Amino acid sequence: MATVSITVNGNKVSRDVEPRTLLVQYLREHLGLTGTHVGCDTSQCGACVVHIDGASVKSCTTLAMQCEGASVTTIEGLAKDGKLHPMQEAFREHHALQCGFCTPGMIMSAVDLVEKNPGLTEDDIRHGLEGNLCRCTGYHNIVKAIAAASKTMGR
Amino acid sequence: MNAPTGIGASVRRKEDYRFITGQGTYTDDINRPGQAYAYFLRSPHAHAKIKSIDISAAKSSPGVLGIFTGADLAADKVGGLICGWTVTGKDGTPHKAPPHPVIALDTVRCVGDQVALVVAETREQARDAAEKINVDYQALPAVVDPAATLKSGAPQLHAEAPGNLCYDWDFGDKAATEAAFSKAAHTVKLDLVNNRLSPNAMEPRVAIGEYDRATDTLTCYSTSQNPHVLRLIMCAFIFGMPEHKMRVVAPDVGGGFGSKIFCYAEEVACVWATRKVGRPVKWTSDRTEAFLTDAHGRDHVTHAELALDKDGKFLALKCSTIANMGAYLSTFASSVPSYLYALLLAGQYTTPAIYAEVKAVFTNTTPVDAYRGAGRPEATYVVERLVELAARQLKMDPVEIRKKNFIPPNAFPYQTPVAVAYDSGQYALSMDEALKLVDYKGFAARRAASEAKGKLRGIGFAAYIEACGIAPSSVVGSLGAGVGLWESASIRFNPTGSVSVFTGSHSHGQGHETTFAQVVSDKMGVPIDQVEIVHGDTQRVPMGMGTYGSRSLAVGGSAIVRACDKLIAKGKKIAAHLLEAAVEDIEYDKGTFKVAGTDKSVNMQQVCFTAYVPHKYPADLEPGFEENGFYDPSNFTYPAGTHIAEVEVDPGTGHVTVAKWVAVDDFGKVVNPMIVEGQVHGGVAQGVGQALLEQVIYDKQSGQLLTGSMMDYCLPRAEDLPSYTVATTETPCPHNPLGVKGCGEAGAIAAPAALMNAITDALGVEIDMPATPEKVWRAAQTRVTRQAAE
Ligand code: FES
Ligand code: FES
Repeated sequence: MATVSITVNGNKVSRDVEPRTLLVQYLREHLGLTGTHVGCDTSQCGACVVHIDGASVKSCTTLAMQCEGASVTTIEGLAKDGKLHPMQEAFREHHALQCGFCTPGMIMSAVDLVEKNPGLTEDDIRHGLEGNLCRCTGYHNIVKAIAAASKTMGR
Repeated sequence: MNAPTGIGASVRRKEDYRFITGQGTYTDDINRPGQAYAYFLRSPHAHAKIKSIDISAAKSSPGVLGIFTGADLAADKVGGLICGWTVTGKDGTPHKAPPHPVIALDTVRCVGDQVALVVAETREQARDAAEKINVDYQALPAVVDPAATLKSGAPQLHAEAPGNLCYDWDFGDKAATEAAFSKAAHTVKLDLVNNRLSPNAMEPRVAIGEYDRATDTLTCYSTSQNPHVLRLIMCAFIFGMPEHKMRVVAPDVGGGFGSKIFCYAEEVACVWATRKVGRPVKWTSDRTEAFLTDAHGRDHVTHAELALDKDGKFLALKCSTIANMGAYLSTFASSVPSYLYALLLAGQYTTPAIYAEVKAVFTNTTPVDAYRGAGRPEATYVVERLVELAARQLKMDPVEIRKKNFIPPNAFPYQTPVAVAYDSGQYALSMDEALKLVDYKGFAARRAASEAKGKLRGIGFAAYIEACGIAPSSVVGSLGAGVGLWESASIRFNPTGSVSVFTGSHSHGQGHETTFAQVVSDKMGVPIDQVEIVHGDTQRVPMGMGTYGSRSLAVGGSAIVRACDKLIAKGKKIAAHLLEAAVEDIEYDKGTFKVAGTDKSVNMQQVCFTAYVPHKYPADLEPGFEENGFYDPSNFTYPAGTHIAEVEVDPGTGHVTVAKWVAVDDFGKVVNPMIVEGQVHGGVAQGVGQALLEQVIYDKQSGQLLTGSMMDYCLPRAEDLPSYTVATTETPCPHNPLGVKGCGEAGAIAAPAALMNAITDALGVEIDMPATPEKVWRAAQTRVTRQAAE
């Protein structure tokens, strides 16, 4: 067992875990933050994307121990003071989700994409989503939502 | 003013808040106190005898609570998995449904077949222990190809199914069809492969079994599209126990596309094992297991022919298909390449004679069952590729040949030669709208522009039909279904006027919590935020049949309307009493009960409150404001439309770019246009995936699954897909109260044919799906060689 301390959604937490514990397991199984999902075992689907120190990362491919001392934001921590993040608003407004399973990872990836890349075109957005799979929406509305959020986020 | 929330409004989804904030409750998010974890040891062989299983070393592995094999389930008299639809073959005998044990007994028949179940304190311990189980296999030759499995000398899978034949079935008028072919001016022939697909809902399957000693009740939490049917199968066929002692909960489910309809081995095993170890038992599939064990879709090999007169009028269609069932018959597998396929071969056309024969076969592969569209995409693919090829061979415009053969709008109801009677449709209307949106007139110029860049441009059509709103129970019963396909709803008004609606339909992305609430809000005059939709729990919801076959609104929604109508009828009696008027004089409109010709009225809330506080109340009326509705449709619904794909092919690389996609669908009345468009987008994406990227591949010798991960099986990503232009025409369904037809599968049905017609138009060569760069590049080279020769 190893003790891993991380700041998750602004709260300092510490858990004793097996060294092979993945960040996604740490979040889901040890902290009960089940908003981050697991859709694959080959780092392909992006359902597990969270932010580590502000950058989007696949939490299924990150050991919890690698995040010692880091600051992690999950989908549960994106809305601030009960106010949805503009990306969350845009996903709802543009019907960018159906079953919702890919959605947390999709939103976390999209936030990072928009924050790092001002003036995204449709092609940029489609390319930027190369690490995230959605089987329900055909991406059309996800692309629309991200384009809209990019504007409301002032990018 | 508030945004409209009634029928026809694009209401933003009520369920979204929990999903965008990470508060959804999917099955894997549920953890029960004291829960242990299941891991399945699976066969590494496609076909083998199990000579022995040695669990001694594994048993003492840390954390192990129990290790179970097929023999343990057999000792407890646990039944095998069943197929719920019996197809009767040409010779009058029922299909062969060989035993399908939950855990293999002495033989494994596909890679991934369950060999042993390990239950341990943690998932990792269960997996570690499974690695210590020693299985002595005697490998047997395997066969994976549907045509090869019928050959003499092919490895035999089941003693009960000689020659690996599940059924040899036919439908239609053979003599009339042959007669029409014999006098036809033109005959068009095509050999087609409908590629095997893996559904890949983003949420992997999960099951938790839990036993409550106090009530002697088993609970199964499952990623199911139809919890009641799962309970029925487990109780009646597998465990032999009363249904009130089993509860099935299917909470938020992350996509299904058919793959979560079926009763699978893993949920049965977890429910059984929970009593063995005295703890809740949870199993979570990983993606590799999903590729191995979630039922696949399609996998047909077909020869098809179309007979035409000299002017391009269709005279007859015939096809013969070999359909791969995989190693065992899954829950509804038999119905997919038979009744859900051949009955749709008339398409949108007046083809007077049709004959289809289908051989369903067993191979050493994962079972194949319904996947989005289920049989209907295969039918549309046959019809629409034949029609397009006919246009090319007769040098007719693909639009003209279709219009010449469309069933005209005044011919409905239209009896096809393949049993089904279409209820309503305006096929040319959808096509004309699509032609406008795609700018068909401008295509020649766009093609020239592409050619100037050294690219090939093609346009392809699919005028599809589907049979949805599954289904009239008496009809499916006569065709061999083991269940009725009605739907239920229960509407419970609470005393102060809010409403709980319990539906037997199940939402796993379709947005029922919004669409159904719109219907109830509209009918009952209750604000939409006062309507909650409850589904997915056999303990809360009346017996229902679940969601598949684009049936939720057409059948489940109709059941809701039934219950609303009963409440309105009761409300009129209460209102009449309150208003001191005759019941016949009460008029009802959107939540208001009014005495005709006066301004005296009471609203729904007053009526509801009175029903619960019946101080002033009709003497002969029961108190309470709650009604059940059951709805059994009188016919299928027949959504139809035209999809047009336009592609640009790079002959140098074989890369296909989807340049335009236009979908004009007729779903009858639309309750929530935003949700309907989303369903079309998603369906088209899966169809484009099938046509361009996706294919399950097995090694022909070893039977190993070569596409067992997302790195090997190519799912469409955002960059692979275009933006879609989506529109609807509206020809109401005449036989259900909402006038709706269903929209969930249309995209997946239309898209493969439209896209392949566009690609083959660009290439001038017929090819099979998926149109991978390699295949397209080779075809483009043939074209170049041929042009040089000319
Ligand atoms: S779970 Fe699929 S990429 Fe992380
Ligand atoms: S919304 Fe279901 S996978 Fe994206």
